[in-house]
Amino acid sequence: MDPILNSGDTAWMLISTALVILMTIPGLALFYGGLIRRENVLNTIFLSFVTFAIVSILWLVYGYDIAFGSDIWGILGNLSNPFFNGILETKALSTYAPTIPTSLFAVFQMTFAAITVALISGAIVERMKFSAWLTFIPVWLTLVYLPIAHWIWGGGWLYQLGALDFAGGLVVHLNCGMAALALVLLMGARKNAKLLPHHLGYSVIGAGLLWFGWFGFNAGSALGANDLAISAMIVTNTSAAVGMLTWMLMDKLQTGKPTLLGALSGVIAGLAAITPAAGFVNFPAALIIGFAAGICGYMAVTHLKPRFGYDDALDVFGIHGICGVVGAIGAGLFATSTINGAIAGGLFFGNPSQLGVQLLAIAVVGAYSLVMTLIIGKVIDKTIGLRVDEDHEIEGLDINLHEESGYRL
Amino acid sequence: MKRILTVIRPDKLEDVKDALEEIGCHGLTVKYVKGRGRQLGITESYRGHDYNVDVLPKVEIEIVAKDEDVENIVDTIVKTGQTGYIGDGKIFILPVEEVIRIRTGERGENAI
Repeated sequence: MDPILNSGDTAWMLISTALVILMTIPGLALFYGGLIRRENVLNTIFLSFVTFAIVSILWLVYGYDIAFGSDIWGILGNLSNPFFNGILETKALSTYAPTIPTSLFAVFQMTFAAITVALISGAIVERMKFSAWLTFIPVWLTLVYLPIAHWIWGGGWLYQLGALDFAGGLVVHLNCGMAALALVLLMGARKNAKLLPHHLGYSVIGAGLLWFGWFGFNAGSALGANDLAISAMIVTNTSAAVGMLTWMLMDKLQTGKPTLLGALSGVIAGLAAITPAAGFVNFPAALIIGFAAGICGYMAVTHLKPRFGYDDALDVFGIHGICGVVGAIGAGLFATSTINGAIAGGLFFGNPSQLGVQLLAIAVVGAYSLVMTLIIGKVIDKTIGLRVDEDHEIEGLDINLHEESGYRL
Repeated sequence: MKRILTVIRPDKLEDVKDALEEIGCHGLTVKYVKGRGRQLGITESYRGHDYNVDVLPKVEIEIVAKDEDVENIVDTIVKTGQTGYIGDGKIFILPVEEVIRIRTGERGENAI
């Protein structure tokens, strides 16, 4: 049967694409922007916005082909349509989703690349040179994101081994978490490394937009308006809700009072964890994954970080990196062919080898992202310098790097 | 003439302002300030980490008054601004050498 365009699928994917854009701008920008000192609010928001602009251009110039072009030895895609040449004109349907156009699949994937890079910025806020960040974006996208996206989603070697990553627990969350860790290891801690949010209201709006946009991220990754999208939407929301309640419980047990920032952090932890499993698992599995995400995210942020002393400012590694791993393992345990007929299932559904493949994918993605980002960061540090001047850091980045301030009150 | 510098709880501002108006003390300047007294702030908790926030938001009211009005004003502020708990604030009274009304150039108590 020849593939034909389905207008329902196409409409849903257009909407999903717009939803994921909303996650980065302004969702993530506001979520991060509320958590830092008021002297750095504009710079922090700016990091997400400028990332989106740069990635969205490069993705169409060459990024999409390198990640999703026809496979070369399992490593990279073939750059057959530079500058998006001919993709809009031919109106061809996607080989990844035969009921929607290639161009739509490409722009949907663009939003994933953009948010992955923008997520990293949460770790390096309040101290990174703007010029160093502008340099980091294209280099990291090209050398880290594109290969990993190809290995897992674009027909590369981990895809061929059968690694499961529905919407980016590995490609997006583990990847950005390890890159964030690498950068903070190179940059060192801020002079004032406290997490005292200057405006939690921004973060409430930001987290709300992330939760909302995540339905495009996960249910959109079904690549059509179908049962799988509905299933992904339901488990996504379930894991977010359980993650929130679990983090509140941990707050109550550990410090005595539930906190709103804790609840929001639990939401993000639950969402990040269900991402790799969203199109593979059922409702009870989502309860378990969300619960595990709340516990693991909380412990990483409150125990792991102080113990090792790295200044992952807004807990990109602690929440996204750790919960990406939780979800990737969850997929290896709970994936079932009754939800998604295209897969064999996980350990608890008669396919124990899936867990081994997941662990291999976690190790490979984690190690590659960490090592490559250390190299990229080191080179930028030696040439441009990663950190702002000490007096700029103390006075605040908005006034020194951008000559504007967030509040005239 | 005296300058009465008062630091109070932000949520007491409306009560104190209204009470001062009732005793005929209209002119005042309000500033939103941060500071600390003997209790050295409070603890806030974010993502499982406790931080001691050692400067807290307060409201500072500045009044310049005739010497004979000072006691009445101070009594009013203490009565309306008091909760009896730590953090109620303080009143400082300083001498004022001269007051000049810019609009007319008047000087002294009449210019207050």
